[in-house]
Amino acid sequence: MPVELVVNVALAGTLTGLVYGLMALGLSVIFGVVRVVNFAHGEMMTIAMYAAVLLFAHWNIDPFVAALPIAAVFFVLGYALQTGLINPFITRPEHSQFMLLVAVAIIMVNGLLVGFGPDARSVQVEYQLESWALGPILFDKARLYAAAMALLASAALFAFFRFTLAGKAIRACADNYLGARVVGLNVHRYYALTFGLGSACVAIAGCMMVVLVDVTPVLGPGFTLLAFVIVIVGGLGSMPGALLGGVLIGLSEAMAGLFIQPSAKSMVSFALLILVLLFRPQGLLGRRA
Amino acid sequence: MNRRSLVLAALLAAGLLLLPAFAGPYLLSVVTLILFFAYAGQAWNVMMGFAGQLSLGHSLYVGIGAYVSAGLFFHYGIGPWAGIWASMLACVAAGAVIGFLAFRFGISGVYFALLTIAFAEFTRIGFDHINALGGPGGLFIKVSQRETWDLLNLRGPPAMFYYVMLALAVGAFALCTWLLRSRAGYYWQAIRENEEAAQALGINTFRWKMLAVMLSAAMTSLAGVFFAFYYNNLFPEQIFNISRSIEIILGPVIGGVGTLFGPILGAAVLTVLADSITELLAALGWEFPGVKQVFYGCVLLVVVMFLPHGIWPALARRLGLGRTAGKD
Amino acid sequence: MDLLQVTALSKSFRGVRAVTSASFSVEQGAIVALIGPNGAGKTTIFNMLAGVLTPDAGQIHYAGQAIHGLRPDQVCAAGIGRTFQIVKPFAGLSVLDNVIVGALARSAGVGEARRHALRVLERIGLEARRDMPAAALTLPDRKRLEVARALATRPRLLLLDEVMAGLRPTETDQMVAFFRDLNRSDGLTILLIEHVMRAVMALAQRVVVLHHGEIIANGAPEDVVRDPAVLESYLGEDAEV
Repeated sequence: MPVELVVNVALAGTLTGLVYGLMALGLSVIFGVVRVVNFAHGEMMTIAMYAAVLLFAHWNIDPFVAALPIAAVFFVLGYALQTGLINPFITRPEHSQFMLLVAVAIIMVNGLLVGFGPDARSVQVEYQLESWALGPILFDKARLYAAAMALLASAALFAFFRFTLAGKAIRACADNYLGARVVGLNVHRYYALTFGLGSACVAIAGCMMVVLVDVTPVLGPGFTLLAFVIVIVGGLGSMPGALLGGVLIGLSEAMAGLFIQPSAKSMVSFALLILVLLFRPQGLLGRRA
Repeated sequence: MNRRSLVLAALLAAGLLLLPAFAGPYLLSVVTLILFFAYAGQAWNVMMGFAGQLSLGHSLYVGIGAYVSAGLFFHYGIGPWAGIWASMLACVAAGAVIGFLAFRFGISGVYFALLTIAFAEFTRIGFDHINALGGPGGLFIKVSQRETWDLLNLRGPPAMFYYVMLALAVGAFALCTWLLRSRAGYYWQAIRENEEAAQALGINTFRWKMLAVMLSAAMTSLAGVFFAFYYNNLFPEQIFNISRSIEIILGPVIGGVGTLFGPILGAAVLTVLADSITELLAALGWEFPGVKQVFYGCVLLVVVMFLPHGIWPALARRLGLGRTAGKD
Repeated sequence: MDLLQVTALSKSFRGVRAVTSASFSVEQGAIVALIGPNGAGKTTIFNMLAGVLTPDAGQIHYAGQAIHGLRPDQVCAAGIGRTFQIVKPFAGLSVLDNVIVGALARSAGVGEARRHALRVLERIGLEARRDMPAAALTLPDRKRLEVARALATRPRLLLLDEVMAGLRPTETDQMVAFFRDLNRSDGLTILLIEHVMRAVMALAQRVVVLHHGEIIANGAPEDVVRDPAVLESYLGEDAEV
């Protein structure tokens, strides 16, 4: 097996992994703060992908440009979802909240199936097949742009949580629900804000992803699971962990596809999940609860 | 049980026993499906409703049960009644592995659910690569439509399958009723309600949780065996799919987790309504893939939001059945 | 004869020493109170006795048997019952079913457990509410349920963790009378953590005082409450007594 092939596949996997990481970041933020298992996460990503497909098909808008308005819409929708559906459920038992989002996910996936049919759709931008060569190493332009945007979005999110008042308030709510309420924070509004942010992340990740893979309605559950694997492997409550986890999963998937068999890609991710749950449940960068 | 429940139960029993006599093939197949999901839901309920462990990967046991018995029949001609034991053993082993890994390492709640999903998905992809069992192309058992009942090989008319499923469903119901009132039932519910308090009262929670998982797995494996010999074809993509796992839990969640009638009621409601919707849509010409599932999702949403304990407890209260409404 | 012997028990949590070399014993049939300011390490000691935590060092002997490091269910099987500071009822079950769970620890079957559970409920005054869901109980009744459940396991030693907290004086007196009766008629040995001094003075035959994880006093109630070290631990060094 030529080294260049391995390196190129690894590179592609890493870049894709950064997009995965952004998707997982959205989940990490939601799960870490609101403590709701967003079972509809992957489905939301799929919807974003379809939105990008539509905007490209009808108005020729590049997904990287479409990402911003789509993210804005998703922010609003996420905010609404949390406020309308999930906030009233905060006090209910865990499996009740979970079921709620399972229901939402089912509606989303099958709604897409009804609306778009089962056939694959894709976005073909002009630079889709171009790449830069650095010696024998090939950098796919599309993949590079996607990874760059994912990093940019992540950085923006980090900055938000670090430097803004709202970000700090959200971190307070995450650390101590009761305490935050006692000091007068409107926790429910911050939860909604967080869900909105997480949704926006997922939207951007979706717009990136549609440049890399074709979209079908049934991608949803796979992405949800992948997002959870990444968050758990990277570490709950750790934003860098989500990115790291994403890169790790992207890389291992690519390597598994190369060395074992393309269909075995997901098996590696699950094996990783099982291993992490058993031996380091707080994840690579997570704090022990 | 008070008089009302007894009368209702008797009517139900009579109706179920005599169904094949007056029902057409379509209705028979629908009720068989209801019984299938009632049974599988009841088996899942043992883990969740009784012991409080949320499994979202129960398709694993259906699949393993189906493939083991079908594989034995396909390659060695071993009939289902012997194959059942191998299926149960395989599923109990799988359940034991998951349970041990989860409980030894303190994985619970959402993480446990994710673990079960991961195992099911892992197995799904794995079976796609087992060529001896057909791989992704599927495993097919010879179909022989017979008018006579060959119970030994589970070959026969739809009525035979109906009675087999009915027996399974009734058996599961009886087993769960008995379990609920036994030491196991009390201990499981204690663990479900508050594991720490349960331990302080002398309950070895690890052992009892393992028992719940293994029993649930064993019961579910029988559903898999039935599935294999009823449909006669198995595909990893279908049988291990997460949608299958979700279908299994829809009944109990809608009907009422932890109750005895919940899974049955839920399965009945869901199947009947789904079929009506399909008919309606066909009449309107709106036959698209996925419409039925959107409907499932909406029903689930409504039930989870407004009837968090499921339909059965509320219904039981209305009809004046049972002591502590919904507990029985 | 000592039913419980705690020898040089220590426990740290990530560098913070919660309990340092605590030693005390509880005689068979006695009622001993464990008191001390908040954070002194009382519940940590209880959790070590009950098997929830493993001591870093030291030993616990119960009826001559070493029980340090056993699981909570094994500790219960040995004959130690416990209640929790924040009550943990089985909310979805009825009062009777709650106690049946406890009774099953020493009963051959559900029938026998049920009979025993009803007796316990009668004794503690809860049998009128036996079919009520535990979630619907008032706080004093929840406390009683917690005690009933632990008693149903037929312990020889009962660990009570702040069972009087949140009760009104009359309710406290009722509980005190109940435990005194149990101790006198059944010979039940009781070790209780308590802040409510009214209960401590009325119940305890001996008081052990814990401060910053160390035992600073161990004696009769009247003596302990006059001990300057004890007063200092509660009121602070600068307080004038």
